[in-house]
Amino acid sequence: MEKFTTLTGIAAPLPMINVDTDKIIPAVWLKTIKRTGLGPALFEAIRYKADGSEDPDFVLNKEPYRKAEILVTGKNFGCGSSREHAVWALDGFGIRCVIAPDFADIFYTNAFKNGMLLVKLPQDDVDKLMEDAEKGGNARLSVDLERQVVIRPDGEEIAFDIDPFRKNCLLNGLDDIALTLQKKAEIADFESGQKKTTPWLYG
Amino acid sequence: MTSPKTLFDKIWDSHVVRRDADGTCLLYIDRHMVHEVTSAQAFDGLRLAGRKARRPEATLVVADHNVPTTDRDKPIADDDSRIQVETLEKNAAEFGLPYFPLTDIRQGIVHIIGPEQGFTQPGMTIVCGDSHTATHGAFGALAFGVGTSEVEHVLATQTLIQKPAKNMRITVTGSPHPGVGAKDIILAIIGQIGTAGGTGHVIEYTGEAISALSMEGRMTVCNMSIEAGARAGLIAPDETTFAYILGRPMAPGADQWDAALAHWKTLPSDPGATYDSEITLSAADIEPLVTWGTSPEDVLPITGQVPDPAAAKDAAKRRSMERALEYMGLEPGTKLAGIPIRTAFIGSCTNGRIEDLREAAAIAKGRKVAPGIRALVVPGSGLVKKQAEDEGLDTVFTQAGFEWREPGCSMCLAMNPDKLAPGERAASTSNRNFEGRQGPGGRTHLMSPAMVAAAAIAGHIADVRDFD
Repeated sequence: MEKFTTLTGIAAPLPMINVDTDKIIPAVWLKTIKRTGLGPALFEAIRYKADGSEDPDFVLNKEPYRKAEILVTGKNFGCGSSREHAVWALDGFGIRCVIAPDFADIFYTNAFKNGMLLVKLPQDDVDKLMEDAEKGGNARLSVDLERQVVIRPDGEEIAFDIDPFRKNCLLNGLDDIALTLQKKAEIADFESGQKKTTPWLYG
Repeated sequence: MTSPKTLFDKIWDSHVVRRDADGTCLLYIDRHMVHEVTSAQAFDGLRLAGRKARRPEATLVVADHNVPTTDRDKPIADDDSRIQVETLEKNAAEFGLPYFPLTDIRQGIVHIIGPEQGFTQPGMTIVCGDSHTATHGAFGALAFGVGTSEVEHVLATQTLIQKPAKNMRITVTGSPHPGVGAKDIILAIIGQIGTAGGTGHVIEYTGEAISALSMEGRMTVCNMSIEAGARAGLIAPDETTFAYILGRPMAPGADQWDAALAHWKTLPSDPGATYDSEITLSAADIEPLVTWGTSPEDVLPITGQVPDPAAAKDAAKRRSMERALEYMGLEPGTKLAGIPIRTAFIGSCTNGRIEDLREAAAIAKGRKVAPGIRALVVPGSGLVKKQAEDEGLDTVFTQAGFEWREPGCSMCLAMNPDKLAPGERAASTSNRNFEGRQGPGGRTHLMSPAMVAAAAIAGHIADVRDFD
């Protein structure tokens, strides 16, 4: 997994609440058997017009947001389906960090499994960062995961909380399957115990 | 004496392989269901790393999202869909996983066939790369949706790295009035707590109105827990649960039944167990419900009117309501009953079980679908389809002018040819009314199977209580 340590980049404002995974990437794109190539599908229904051309009003079709690496958005981002394609589409576009008041649970986990940092902040802080993001060419934010701060263009630092295990995985780009496989013996022990207490689970 | 535990606590605690100092747990997963849309990349990951499936026999594989609901004797016409289903078949064979092919009568929507086969049992941990895995919580199993990376993690290790969720209890007291069922109960809950109301929680549903539900009804309630933000819903197992499981192909056999039953009876939450949050609703206050917007929380009684964004409690909500009304092509103040529809869809993991089809057929019987309305009935599995045919429900539907289809997810998410055209309005028994969910530009109104049947016959959204 790719590491996430610090990131300084263009932040795009998406002031919508309850952005669902169908909006992030419609189901028709889920027919792929790859993780890559989904960037063009990101936000398809609101990013393109019916004839397939770009909607010039949509934020990611405007400069400088075409190169956005951070997205600032409203509450309950990523609600709906479990499709990890939502994360792959954001990543494919170039977005490595999303900042919102909160996220849907499954999306939250999926992002971290792909080296993407999701930052939860109180609404007031998100409002400030949303204003920063709306400043176009000056809309550069910095995120420092080690220090757990988002740095505004004026230098103000906003601290955020994060689960230590997730932080460690991101900072070091750890493959959690490899980590778990180191505990194979404990898993086998658990299974032998379970075979005795609930044998019907083993046929 | 240990402190009283909830149903969730009991299942969680009995599946912790290892707990780290920061509370992160390695959680054992008893059963894993796999479908074509969220698994190909996981199998690729296993191949790249030279890893195997740890417990093939604890896994069940089926294609459901992409499958056509007509012409099942022919190859899938859409290339991408066909490749995805073929990839699933190859992966199941390569990793030695049990697979129900499209030609098998047991094929169907993953969340319908798990319970149907007895694969789903109380006290288990169950995952699937699908958010509606919450359905299986109806059996008192801790069941939740995961993404593709976690699908790969479970295939390789039969575990997940997790932290425990918070406990929420939702009690639905009393009995609902006629015309109000499980779908209305869960829509009422989502309307009350909102689409993020259950985030970070597992919801346990209790109360007379829940206990009185059949297993099918309980599955409908737990299924839509994710639409309230909760990864999992739970209902304590009881005699209704045990009677449903007994004798199913993958259920404990006669030699193990008594031991399993004794264990299952220890699962319900202990008296005095505490919850992080509690909600109570009265079933008698619930009317047949319909969604008007593009989030499942945008729900109102059938007797209501399209709301006015001007009355929204904050600016973000107002903008979101304005956008929803524009997308849905609705004006504030319009009565919900009477909004014309073009399509009626009965099916999905929410409402594609036999009882749902019976409920819709009771309304359709002896009546006709209104002219110009496309009405689809998509059974949730081959076995549901067969049972419905044995009961003559297919004839009821086709005589009324409904199309009787082959099993699959179908128009719930429109990955197969069943989809709405831009601007097309549907009454649907599915679970999500998101923009574009049932086809780009499609307009979805969620409601119960009886209400969808009523809408198909009336040609517009209608009150099922007017159909005696």
